[in-house]
Amino acid sequence: MTSQQVNQAHHAGGHVVPGHVLVAVFIALLVLTALTVAATWVDLGPGNLFVAIGIATVKAALVALFFMHLRYDHPFYGLVFTLAILFLALFLGLTLVDVRQTFPEVQAALENPV
Amino acid sequence: MTMATHSVEVPEQHHPTGEHDHHAGEHPAYLAHHFDSMAQQFAAGKLGMWIFLVTEILFFGGLFCAYAVYRANHPEVFVYAHHFLDKNLGALNTAILIFSSFTMAWAVRAAQLGQQQTLRLCLITTLLCAGAFLGVKYVEYRQKWEHGLLWAGWYHPHVTNAEHHGDAAPKPSSPATAPTAVQATTSGQTPEPTTAATAGEHSEYPGEPRLAGVFFSIYFCMTGLHALHVVGGMIAITWLLIRAFQGVFGPEYYGPVDYVGLYWHLVDMIWIYLFPLLYLIH
Repeated sequence: MTSQQVNQAHHAGGHVVPGHVLVAVFIALLVLTALTVAATWVDLGPGNLFVAIGIATVKAALVALFFMHLRYDHPFYGLVFTLAILFLALFLGLTLVDVRQTFPEVQAALENPV
Repeated sequence: MTMATHSVEVPEQHHPTGEHDHHAGEHPAYLAHHFDSMAQQFAAGKLGMWIFLVTEILFFGGLFCAYAVYRANHPEVFVYAHHFLDKNLGALNTAILIFSSFTMAWAVRAAQLGQQQTLRLCLITTLLCAGAFLGVKYVEYRQKWEHGLLWAGWYHPHVTNAEHHGDAAPKPSSPATAPTAVQATTSGQTPEPTTAATAGEHSEYPGEPRLAGVFFSIYFCMTGLHALHVVGGMIAITWLLIRAFQGVFGPEYYGPVDYVGLYWHLVDMIWIYLFPLLYLIH
């Protein structure tokens, strides 16, 4: 690749991600996949779930930032994406809070029908 | 749509002479009439794709919510049932999908740099990986089908998870299921009614919790919807490939490669969560 080609691509409004960055992200994703499998060999109690979710989130962030160009693009695309994640968190969070509150009663009602 | 072969001219080169006889003068080959510039067209397309991805995230969000609610209430079902899933095949599919994401990202790069040969090669590799992913998925689904490990209502297992590929198969006495019982008691639920032996169904498989089939309902819904998205991605990539062979993509016009790439990475991202949530429950 010549610098002139890169400049041309810049003119069209996009950023060309350097090849070595893509390779590095790819290798990191494979390593993290191996790590998340290896983490199941260790018993951390409920910690296992958080480790698994944590590693998955790091992987998702790598994909979003580099493969999906968010690190290089106009921040507005990142904002759109972040808002989606926020609404998802709100949806899941509030639902789980509600379930925690009401499930014992549901369970009791199921076990001892009137 | 004008002829494909003249696409790789840079718009700036037309600009000073303005010899075109239609409206504003300058008019790059792939600029739709309702846009002012290639940059505007690209930004609009890209924002459109991102908004579509938002709806996709919320679409899958409903299933993730079902997963979370069910897992919070019935952890023992997940610990029991996930042993029926083949971790190795799941990990293999994760690697395949990550590699396909990598080749897709490289395809965008190749299109931006006008490297036609690399672009085609990357798109073909991505397509092959998507096919391989579905192939592995087919093997997994067929195993489930043969063993009767289907969604609730159709769930009629004819295999104990001890004889299903030997990975850490829990028997009722083994330490693998012991934490489940503890978990159930500490969270205030009575452990007795959660086992099938007392519920009187499938009692020939000791240690099987009641409602184990619901795990497979969730499993098939989530992986099935994801697989449909892979099929959709394959259709889109095939279209890109046809256009790439026509030589339409280049530094000036690579939007479609970028948009399909974004979609493909989202499909990859969803699998990145599905893999540990379904296959790697501790």
